[in-house]
Amino acid sequence: MKKLFTSFLTAMATTLALIAAPGVFAAGGPVALDATPAQKLSDKAAMQNGAKTFMSYCLGCHGLSAMRYSRLADIGMTEEQIKAVMPPGAKPGDYIRTSLNRAEAKDWFGAAPPDLSVTARSRSSHSGTGTDWIYTFLRTYYEDASRPTGWNNKTYVGVGMPHVLWDAQKSKPPAEFDSMVGDLAAFLNYVSEPAQFSRKTIGVVVMVFLAIFFVLAWRLNKVYWKNIK
Amino acid sequence: MASEKNVTTTGLLGWIDTRFPLTKLYKEHLSEYYAPKNFNFFYFFGSLAMVVLALQIITGIFLTMHYKPDASLNAAGVPVAFASVEYIMREVPFGWLIRYMHSTGASAFFVVVYLHMWRGLIYGSYRSPRELIWIFGCAIFLCLMAEAFFGYLLPWGQMSYWGAQVIVNLFSAVPLIGPDLSVWIRGDFVVGDATLNRFFAFHVIAIPLVLVGLVAAHIIALHEVGSNNPDGVEIKKNKNADGIPLDGIPFHPYYSVHDILGIAGFLILFCAVVFFAPELGGYFLEFNNFIPADPLVTPPHIAPVWYFTPFYSMLRAVTDLFTWVMVASAGLGALAVLRARWPLVVKAGALAALLVLAVTFRVFDAKFWGVVIMGGAVVILFFLPWLDHSPVKSIRYRPNWHKALYMVFLVNFFILGYLGVLPPFPFGQAYSLVGTVFYFAFFALMPIWSRIGDFKPVPERVTFKPH
Repeated sequence: MKKLFTSFLTAMATTLALIAAPGVFAAGGPVALDATPAQKLSDKAAMQNGAKTFMSYCLGCHGLSAMRYSRLADIGMTEEQIKAVMPPGAKPGDYIRTSLNRAEAKDWFGAAPPDLSVTARSRSSHSGTGTDWIYTFLRTYYEDASRPTGWNNKTYVGVGMPHVLWDAQKSKPPAEFDSMVGDLAAFLNYVSEPAQFSRKTIGVVVMVFLAIFFVLAWRLNKVYWKNIK
Repeated sequence: MASEKNVTTTGLLGWIDTRFPLTKLYKEHLSEYYAPKNFNFFYFFGSLAMVVLALQIITGIFLTMHYKPDASLNAAGVPVAFASVEYIMREVPFGWLIRYMHSTGASAFFVVVYLHMWRGLIYGSYRSPRELIWIFGCAIFLCLMAEAFFGYLLPWGQMSYWGAQVIVNLFSAVPLIGPDLSVWIRGDFVVGDATLNRFFAFHVIAIPLVLVGLVAAHIIALHEVGSNNPDGVEIKKNKNADGIPLDGIPFHPYYSVHDILGIAGFLILFCAVVFFAPELGGYFLEFNNFIPADPLVTPPHIAPVWYFTPFYSMLRAVTDLFTWVMVASAGLGALAVLRARWPLVVKAGALAALLVLAVTFRVFDAKFWGVVIMGGAVVILFFLPWLDHSPVKSIRYRPNWHKALYMVFLVNFFILGYLGVLPPFPFGQAYSLVGTVFYFAFFALMPIWSRIGDFKPVPERVTFKPH
């Protein structure tokens, strides 16, 4: 029986190794992605910068309709700071909606600009997380006269979106531009799952509890089964 | 007033017992229900399956409080169903936890059930007198697959939508009635709001009711005959003076406490996923499903969730070439009929039937036979108690080459599953064909191969090491 079990485990391990390797097919193609600087992903200041960048450059076309403005308090923004980035007429309890008309946008760009609430999750692939995709995408624009917008993108070939950040890229040294995009990626990563930070903290407490519970359950089981011969 | 019943309890319990068989049920199914003492690791998975069922029902109830099965677009252009899931993730207190428990629970259900079925397979738990337990179990497996399929449409992501579209379209391959059947299932000519709402009804109440009923029947049938064990020894054959099996121990407290340990172990793995890796690399929550369903944009690669992939591989293996393999199988069947010692009339009838079958294999579309094969792969499990002609129940006492064959079956199942995740490619297609044939041959030829070899003597009493 032990041999059967061992061979069963070997079979499982081999297959799991095979499976783990390529990961899963996904929305993105097999483009090599740059990893978002790790420290930004948990840095509230970076996310706040990203929020401001988003409201200035992106909200014109892209919504974050699953997110409310007031939720930005999570990343440490005060009520005044939130009001400062909100478009005129919006209330803190409102969802972050773009004012762009979808039908017109489809006419202009070929496709309506997608809502970015969960893009940092949907663009994940075995090349990297969706956040990495966003970080790479915004930094791989190049001039292409054959495109209607004059821009093309190495990460998303034939994209309808123009290079919205071009003036920021032109006016900043590369490291500063990368940092700006990194902050924006960190912000969109947070937006895609606001609960992710508390989830991991609670998770640690849960695992500690379960470890103790397991030990107690194991000893209790042992005590009962000592009778059985 | 005292009753004519044999009620010995007093007080509140006595009052209940005269009106409801509470103490009787407790004794018959817990404190005086005797289970073999030699259960091993594989025997955790039945109770774990019940735990996961309870988990899915409870998290499901809370999800239903906030989920909206509506495919129309909201003011932001996002489908309402998709948006309601994000609402649960962000605005319902601990909604994210309920959602992750439900999505992880769905995958965990299949992990647990597959391991539970594997236990049944290797220890001969389906053999007489336990055939009905196995049949109820196979029905539960079918219902579980349907439940998962219907539930997967609800988040209304790209994979939800297109996966449903592909699978419902398969029914259009049924001869004569196919296209009408697909429209009837979908409620429309394409997967849409009508489909979403009916799948919601099936997922939330129709199938869960059937599942709970089948699980109850499954356990009642089990308790009627008693559990099998890793040695395949019938413990009821050796009883003491009081009529208690010598190798039996009362379920409560020995296995109730034992199962708590199993649950603790399961929860560690389960919570590790829920709290630290709820997507599990895109296998438990597929990345594509975070894109709202779009009927106008087909994803580059449509694949079912991991737990369906072995059967999906079999579906894809059935190409035009495979129908020739099926004709060849009918031919082999004809040869077996010729050799059988049946009356001439019966033989002639069987041969005629096989000939007709062989012709239909080529006449009907391979797409239809793909559906038949995929369904047949699950249906063939129902017949296992009558296919296994081994003189011993448990794999422990079978010849070594039988054990090897079971391992090959297992590895083949895994490989078919892995191939099902990937887009089709030439070697994968070739392997899927061979793997599908092996899967069916394993069962179809079992009446023959399960009898061959040197079997080891089965002990009178179970093998048990005190611990």
